[in-house]
Amino acid sequence: MVVCLSRVRHWVIAAVLAVLLAPAPVLADPVIDGGKLLLTNAVTTIEGSAGGGLSSWATIPGMETDHGVGLSGFATGLALRDFRLEAHGVALALHDRVAISYARQNFDTLSAGIALGLGHGYTFQQDIVAARVRLAGDLVYGPDWLPAISIGADFKHNLNGAVVRLVGAQQSAGSDLVISATKLLLAHSVLIDTTFRLTKANQFGLLGFGGDRSTARHGEFEGAIGYQLARRLVIGGEWRSRPDNLGFARETAAHDLFAAWAVGRHATLTAAWVDIGPVATFRPQRGAYLSVQLAC
Amino acid sequence: MLKNRSLNLWPIALLLVATPAFAQQAPAPAPSGSVDWFAEFGVPKPQRDPITGELPVKPYAQADANAGAVPFSGDAMARAFGGQPGLHRLVDRSVQLYDADPAIKGIFAATDHVRLRRLLFEQFCHILNAGCHYSGRTMREAHSQLGLRSRELNALVVDLQRAMTESQIPFAAQNRFLAKLAPMKHDVVTR
Repeated sequence: MVVCLSRVRHWVIAAVLAVLLAPAPVLADPVIDGGKLLLTNAVTTIEGSAGGGLSSWATIPGMETDHGVGLSGFATGLALRDFRLEAHGVALALHDRVAISYARQNFDTLSAGIALGLGHGYTFQQDIVAARVRLAGDLVYGPDWLPAISIGADFKHNLNGAVVRLVGAQQSAGSDLVISATKLLLAHSVLIDTTFRLTKANQFGLLGFGGDRSTARHGEFEGAIGYQLARRLVIGGEWRSRPDNLGFARETAAHDLFAAWAVGRHATLTAAWVDIGPVATFRPQRGAYLSVQLAC
Repeated sequence: MLKNRSLNLWPIALLLVATPAFAQQAPAPAPSGSVDWFAEFGVPKPQRDPITGELPVKPYAQADANAGAVPFSGDAMARAFGGQPGLHRLVDRSVQLYDADPAIKGIFAATDHVRLRRLLFEQFCHILNAGCHYSGRTMREAHSQLGLRSRELNALVVDLQRAMTESQIPFAAQNRFLAKLAPMKHDVVTR
């Protein structure tokens, strides 16, 4: 009888403790869980959102999974023939679901600034806050026919309002609406992104928004294709169409060829050859792109 | 006397119950230490099969479809993975890595490793068309008590990738194989 009661006590104690302590391991988990697969946080666009260098993807930045918080930071330099673009920023992501990012762009006109009547080294600057929500799907898991699908917006604020209006821009601030679908086709080690963007930005917004030729938002396409050569290395290309709103200077599509290398779980280096076409009457602008991203 | 003894064991009981794997999966692991927990809890001690070395399981319907993926055709993938001997090495190494990985080692603490290694081998061998039948449960049933989250599944993938790389399996073949496993996330991740 005593033995029997003792056994019952064991069970009762075990049951009570199981109920009391079951949530404990969950609570003990780190908020920044860092559990994402290598490279599946993608890299950072020049506008601060997750993606390639030019095209925004449906990926969510940071190394978090669906139970954690992720952080990401980046710095990018792009040395063009007549100009130099520098961008840097940070991103915060929740549960591999929602992301908000901030980026600052500095577009240095170098000696071209003299020809433009702005002075040597005149620099266009822009702040961008971007938000993304992944609605459905997953980059890696699930069926091939269901990509990660995200929507979001880029809120852009050009800091050189007077100058961009002088060249014909309608506004110095504007917002882009973005929808992306991105999938890693594991069986082929191929990543495909297609993105649709509604925008009136001139040269990403560096020359303001809307112009004498058009004041409306235009539907533009951006896409990327990548091949994963090794666990840490992806090569690929991107293409991004853009509006052509300003009468004084033609604007064309931008494209690049890139290689992204995961130095470790928390750092990715991206090198690219980028062509953003003619800028402000200057010859087609091509050059080397280098970006570093740190994420946790 | 009995009462005193049970009181002294409280810290150990607490530790065991606090281990999520213990709460998630029965039967409990064979106790290490001198206390016979099966006797303490008044449950019969599971006996390993003298031939297979596996613990008994409740009967279930067996089918190759339980492996959760359509196998590759042809023998290219089986060769890339070194055939059945290569798959035994791959599975043994993977399980070794799982048990050493702080992110996931608790998940398999209560799992019969003899059976785990056999069924992983059968599943891999069947999917890679290396000449095996899969005799395990469906992916949903096999993982229903593990409480896996995305991060643990990712950790499993990373350990498997490491084992495949150590086995010098070409990266493209690794991804082709992982592509067969990736759609299973829906059945495997439960929280």
